Amino acid sequence: MSEVQFLNVHKDFSGMEVLKGINFTVESGQVACLIGPSGSGKSTLLRCVNHLETTSSGTILVGGRMIGYEVHGDRLIEAHQKDINKRRSRIGMVFQSFNLFGHMTALENVMMGPVKLLKVPKAQAEAEARELLAKVGLADRTGHYPAQLSGGQQQRVAIARALSMKPDLMLFDEPTSALDPELVGEVLDVMKALARDGMTMIVVTHEMGFAREVADVVAFMDSGVIVEAGDPNEIISRPQHERTKAFLSKVL
Amino acid sequence: MTVSELPSTAEARHDFAELASRPVLKRKRPGQLIAMVVVGLFALMGAYVIVTNPGFGWPTVAKYLFDVRILDGLLTTIELTVIAMVLGLVIGLVIAVMRMSDNVLLRGVAGAYIWFFRGTPLLVQMLFWGFAAVLFPTIGIGIPGGPMLVEWNTNDVLPLFVAGILGLGLNEGAYMAEIVRAGLMGVPAGQSEASHAMGFSRMETLRHVVIPQAMKIILPPVGNETISMLKTTSLVIVIGVGDLLYNTQQIYARNLQQIPLLIVASLWYILLTTILSLVQARIEKRYSRGNTIQARKA
Repeated sequence: MSEVQFLNVHKDFSGMEVLKGINFTVESGQVACLIGPSGSGKSTLLRCVNHLETTSSGTILVGGRMIGYEVHGDRLIEAHQKDINKRRSRIGMVFQSFNLFGHMTALENVMMGPVKLLKVPKAQAEAEARELLAKVGLADRTGHYPAQLSGGQQQRVAIARALSMKPDLMLFDEPTSALDPELVGEVLDVMKALARDGMTMIVVTHEMGFAREVADVVAFMDSGVIVEAGDPNEIISRPQHERTKAFLSKVL
Repeated sequence: MTVSELPSTAEARHDFAELASRPVLKRKRPGQLIAMVVVGLFALMGAYVIVTNPGFGWPTVAKYLFDVRILDGLLTTIELTVIAMVLGLVIGLVIAVMRMSDNVLLRGVAGAYIWFFRGTPLLVQMLFWGFAAVLFPTIGIGIPGGPMLVEWNTNDVLPLFVAGILGLGLNEGAYMAEIVRAGLMGVPAGQSEASHAMGFSRMETLRHVVIPQAMKIILPPVGNETISMLKTTSLVIVIGVGDLLYNTQQIYARNLQQIPLLIVASLWYILLTTILSLVQARIEKRYSRGNTIQARKA
């Protein structure tokens, strides 16, 4: 069970309200794409799911359990760091700027989580890491450092690293925005394969083709609210709201 | 532009195939030659004076170079350097992490520490530690304002060597904190974020992700600090710790051979700093793992 529910999520950054009551559900096994102009709050919303960002009010449930907070009398209190870390270890995250650990090879990057956090024996972790790297098409790049890999290759290692923790849910924060156009496809292909395997995914993206092809649900965000959400073909081909129309006319 | 349109310079009238076969000469630079002669002459004059002036007392230098008191002082100097640097590094790391904390008190205390120890001369701090017994005649563990549980005489538990270590180490900690902080801040925030997102705690992130990458930023200045510390340890003579310089002074106070004995001390200092420079280069090479420039070479 890895459905994600946003219940009236608010967030303000020093007085500026960036999320204004988000209500949205991603069913287990679904792929949800968050689209919208920059500054609309989609990345912030995504980062609330693994508590990289705190919320001001409202609740986010992952697999039916509240994340980042716990009940404290008649209010909510930030959960214990240990509990947050534990929940995070089951949620994979892929960043726009890859964020591979620069002092480790591709293989070491993918082995690190299982070895250090899950206490998997090194030999087993290495075998699993090699398998994952093969799965993202990088079996021959295991000994390379991030600086020796192209952006697309780095991002695929980053996906393998996230998968190494055997997550129930994957978060993608503009995974192809920092890539040269000809490298976007290789990363999207890995993500499509992942979606076919039934991974629950929330993807912040500007790739409308990907959203239309892979997503089960698309949510268009603008100035901290979800303007409309639903079937990708409906939203992208026949948007109802003016703001959605205006945005899509610029990116399509 | 075609060949026929080339400007008719002097070379253009030559047969280019023939020109291409001629050897290339390096143009002479007379200014450099003059500088070479002048500097060379000065160097020769210097060497001549050093060798011939009996005041340098080379036979005396040779006699004392391996004197047991000199070697004993040398050992103390090395011990002071190593222990003070380790103390400085540990304090530096703690203060740097405190300085970057989001807690106002921790940040304030770290700031005050750096402010105080960088703001007063090391020589003065050293003298303070030497006179610590005046300030605190006894040291003990007890309840503030209440009774003491255990108590010692300061002069008994704080030998001069320890006072020297504290003077050097606490001061070094302040400088080291700034070096470590620069290193930690030099690691992009995305690295910590990726680590946190995987479920690593703050301490684990620091240990496995941030510090290993901060090392290559931190190491060169730490190497410089160590070399500097080796020489700075000589300040302990003001509180009478028997290091290399102190023992050197003890010898020339009796035989009045100041210059030869100071040369003895200098030779040892320069030998040690040379060794440290070589060690520094090797360690830096080891920590440059995953460096962009190195990666491109591979």
